[in-house]
Amino acid sequence: MSTQNNSTADGHSSDTHGPGGAAHGSVKEYVLGLLISIILTGIAFYVVMFEVVSPALTLVVILATAVAQVMVQLVFFLHMNTSSEQIWNTTSAAFIIIIVAILIVGSVWIMSHLNHNMMIGH
Amino acid sequence: MTTSADLQVHDQDEHHHDSGGDTVFGFWIYIMSDCILFATLFATYAVMSGSFAGQITPKELFDLNFVLGETALLLFSSFTFGMAMLYAHKKSMRGMITWLLITFALGLGFLGMELFEFYHFSHEGATPQTSGYWSAFYGLVATHGLHVTGGLIWMLILFAHFKRDGFSDANMVRLACLSLFWHFLDVIWICVFSVVYLMGVM
Repeated sequence: MSTQNNSTADGHSSDTHGPGGAAHGSVKEYVLGLLISIILTGIAFYVVMFEVVSPALTLVVILATAVAQVMVQLVFFLHMNTSSEQIWNTTSAAFIIIIVAILIVGSVWIMSHLNHNMMIGH
Repeated sequence: MTTSADLQVHDQDEHHHDSGGDTVFGFWIYIMSDCILFATLFATYAVMSGSFAGQITPKELFDLNFVLGETALLLFSSFTFGMAMLYAHKKSMRGMITWLLITFALGLGFLGMELFEFYHFSHEGATPQTSGYWSAFYGLVATHGLHVTGGLIWMLILFAHFKRDGFSDANMVRLACLSLFWHFLDVIWICVFSVVYLMGVM
């Protein structure tokens, strides 16, 4: 019994999972996450500050780098993955992304139609 | 001594190691609900993004170099908190406290810059009362700033906890929760600087 407990504890400490059950990474993972984040932030600020491309393309670059950086930080800093320890964290996050999308897209959609309809008399 | 009753309880709760893990997961669920709070503020901001009421516009006020500074402080603080976590798992008190102090300083720097920015904006005539746009702006950005403030206070309390109890299981769970919270704040800031500042000056 006690041997079994010990082996589980050892398995946990040598694994990428702490005693708190939350996953934690390595120096390499954090440094890589930091470097990619810096590059993505740099690209986003660069295209806006120096107006290197058309406004429409700038908008695309801002959104693409933002989504990419959020993903990078979720994976490298928050250690989100599909392992069995993390699957419910990831599942709840996927659910929240759907809710957030409905909330934001829905609000903007409804309010733009409202604006449009109110402007008819003008 | 292991009785059959003990074994049964043990079997039912197969993740008895992770009783702290349940707390961390519960905190994760809180963070997910916090995402919805921010989503409503972002939705409000998007709806109000053109409602200047003939008053001062963000294009006249936003300074991207300043925002880049804020972004750098928060991004590096997210990284240094990761380093603190690694030292905490190595049970190195000195290393953990050092990195956590750096994180605290960076977070405080970010908050200072944000407060200075708010002061500067209101001085230039952009207060929450100015227009629908500025109400939404302050509502969104200040809510993020309030979260950062909460994280900093939490960090101070955690210093006291670690000074008193060292690397106890409870303290490790607290640290794991705060680390999730801190990384989450950086993720929200990515959305803030992209949607509010970068798109605001276009």
